[in-house]
Amino acid sequence: MRNDSLLRFMTCGSVDDGKSTLIGRLLYDTKTILADTLTQIEKTSKKRGMEAVDLSLLTDGLQAEREQGITIDVAYRYFSTGTRKYIIADAPGHEQYTRNMVTAASTANLAIILIDARKGVLTQTRRHSYLAHLVGIPHIVVAVNKMDLVDYDQATFDRIKSEYLQFATEIGLQRDGHDIQFLPLSALNGDMLVDRGENMNWYQGPTMLEILENAPAAHTEQDEAFRFPVQFVCRPHASDNPELHDFRGFMGRVESGEIAVGDRVTVLPNGLSSTVKSILLGDTVLNKAITEQSVTLLLQDEIDTSRGDMIVKSSEVPEPVKQIEAMVCWLSETALSPARTYVIRHTTRESKAKVGAIAYRVDVNSLEQQSVDTLNMNDIARISFKLAQPLMVDSYRQNRATGAFIIIDESTNNTVGAGMIV
Amino acid sequence: MSSKSTLSHLDWLEAEAIHIMREVAGQCSNPVLLFSGGKDSLCLLRIAEKAFRPGRFPFPLMHIDTGHNYQEVVNFRDQRASELGERLIVRSVEDSMQRGTVVLKTPDEPRNKHQSVTLLEAIEEFGFDCCIGGARRDEEKARAKERIMSFRDEFGQWDPKNQRPELWNLYNARSHKGENIRAFPISNWTEMDVWQYIERENLALPSIYFAHQRDVVMRNGAIFPVNVPLASGEVINQPKAGEQVINMQVRFRTVGDITCTAPVPSDADNVSKIVLETATTTITERGATRLDDQTSDASMEQRKKEGYF
Repeated sequence: MRNDSLLRFMTCGSVDDGKSTLIGRLLYDTKTILADTLTQIEKTSKKRGMEAVDLSLLTDGLQAEREQGITIDVAYRYFSTGTRKYIIADAPGHEQYTRNMVTAASTANLAIILIDARKGVLTQTRRHSYLAHLVGIPHIVVAVNKMDLVDYDQATFDRIKSEYLQFATEIGLQRDGHDIQFLPLSALNGDMLVDRGENMNWYQGPTMLEILENAPAAHTEQDEAFRFPVQFVCRPHASDNPELHDFRGFMGRVESGEIAVGDRVTVLPNGLSSTVKSILLGDTVLNKAITEQSVTLLLQDEIDTSRGDMIVKSSEVPEPVKQIEAMVCWLSETALSPARTYVIRHTTRESKAKVGAIAYRVDVNSLEQQSVDTLNMNDIARISFKLAQPLMVDSYRQNRATGAFIIIDESTNNTVGAGMIV
Repeated sequence: MSSKSTLSHLDWLEAEAIHIMREVAGQCSNPVLLFSGGKDSLCLLRIAEKAFRPGRFPFPLMHIDTGHNYQEVVNFRDQRASELGERLIVRSVEDSMQRGTVVLKTPDEPRNKHQSVTLLEAIEEFGFDCCIGGARRDEEKARAKERIMSFRDEFGQWDPKNQRPELWNLYNARSHKGENIRAFPISNWTEMDVWQYIERENLALPSIYFAHQRDVVMRNGAIFPVNVPLASGEVINQPKAGEQVINMQVRFRTVGDITCTAPVPSDADNVSKIVLETATTTITERGATRLDDQTSDASMEQRKKEGYF
């Protein structure tokens, strides 16, 4: 496999758009589906009175879901092409599942937005695109599906494309540097999915799989500031090896940027500086560490550092703040209570937080801003929080890792909200 | 095309798993790592070394032994724990049977599902607030929707309708006393990833993963190992009357309870051959080998609701 060989993407759409068929087909055409699974869905297809094998059954859910006829949750699926490994976050598309879409989007670098060629850009298309934009997915693939049902008509595709582009401009998708690609598709027949097929020779662009194979794996092409939240401090001083007596390793994941031995760093929030003495991955000694790598940093000087602190380059220090403004998606069935104190978890750090003000709620269908006193499940709103402890934040648009947080209700320990710092 | 350097897929999966393990260590007060001697949990141990060395692991290892495990695997388990110098706790389904908390319908009933009882008893005995396990989302559809940090109530139950949303890499491993988190660092790995990682890291494995000669019979369409000796000297999986015993070259794709884990025909006697075989197989890991998952469409989902990891 080549070096940038893992891509996480999500699919947005409902069953009616052929989302399950698309995923089933991708898994099938990349030979991810093995014989026994096929036999099983053949049986189920027959049991449900279908003539052909229904590939959408590959994404069939839990017993609990089948009983209620709903999809509860994001499902994760995997396939590999030999050059790249893929993780699909398969999120249900209905309005009441905004929280699932936001969940799936939070780890995706590419979103496939499915449009039914017969129906064009719908309210749900706008909702999905807005959410993909909000959660900062850099690559958007607008797949106009069911082309077989409109006689593979190029004019239909072109019309939907220009309709979408107009709306993308309205919501700022293009302005904010999202890369948008369009392709016509028949997931059912497999046209333009893995194979080009014979029906749409007017389309010269890449197939779905070619788009996936060539999408950059890095979340951003920009150089990002180095951010290293400390997860765990390793002090094996009790061991019988005297060489380890002074070992103090700061363990964590490089959330963004890069770090090299000899770089000058600052530990936040205390603001003390030192130099990187060495970088370890297990017993391997590294010269530098890159984004998403989990390593152990050793510093030249002894600085009191613990979990929740953040190591940054001394040349790019964020200001610790005790007040934040964020777009929040409310995830809990229990409404937000502005009078209560919540816990915010940001990187490896936690702080008590109180709601300052709810500026507005966004109607995810009309994108209108509305004034509200509370938030219910699936609501998206701009909120300010007052924090008990300082957090070392960047804006979400600048840095996905240090711009994101979750809100926890301490009485239940549930995760009740997700926030993106403005 | 990306100009920025990014991690290879195995490096990315490893880095994610290390991050998850360190989150468990940072957020939980008394975690434990479930270690069976099987390939997935051997990957977990390698990840724990990379996550915590030169320190000790911030958790003990624990095996819930059904009493029906292959001797090779049990010996390997003990040897690996002692090489690492980490504490290994073994709790046995047979102890639960003696206490009367596990009651078998028939003496030769598979004991896999009864591990849940013994696991919950051990969690209570030691006060563990988190169990790290080697489950993967690609194994089974009830696992495809599993969280990386999965919440279980006081009865160890998994409620698919009541799971915490999990966004970015911000894991919530909080629990109240008596509740429990199951953490799955290799959730995003496939069987192929596991084998490629074993190959890259040159990990040692119990011998039954490799091709060997074994007495088997054909039972319910699967290859069924027979006349298997236990450490106690007892021999289990007797062939039934009329079954023809064949000596066949096989290996195990997954190691579990002897009474419900089937081997596959194979001549793969080293890891590279297994990687090749995994790339070309036409049967899923559980489909071929886990007889207990075939009883119903939803049997894994059911077991998880009962506290299975």
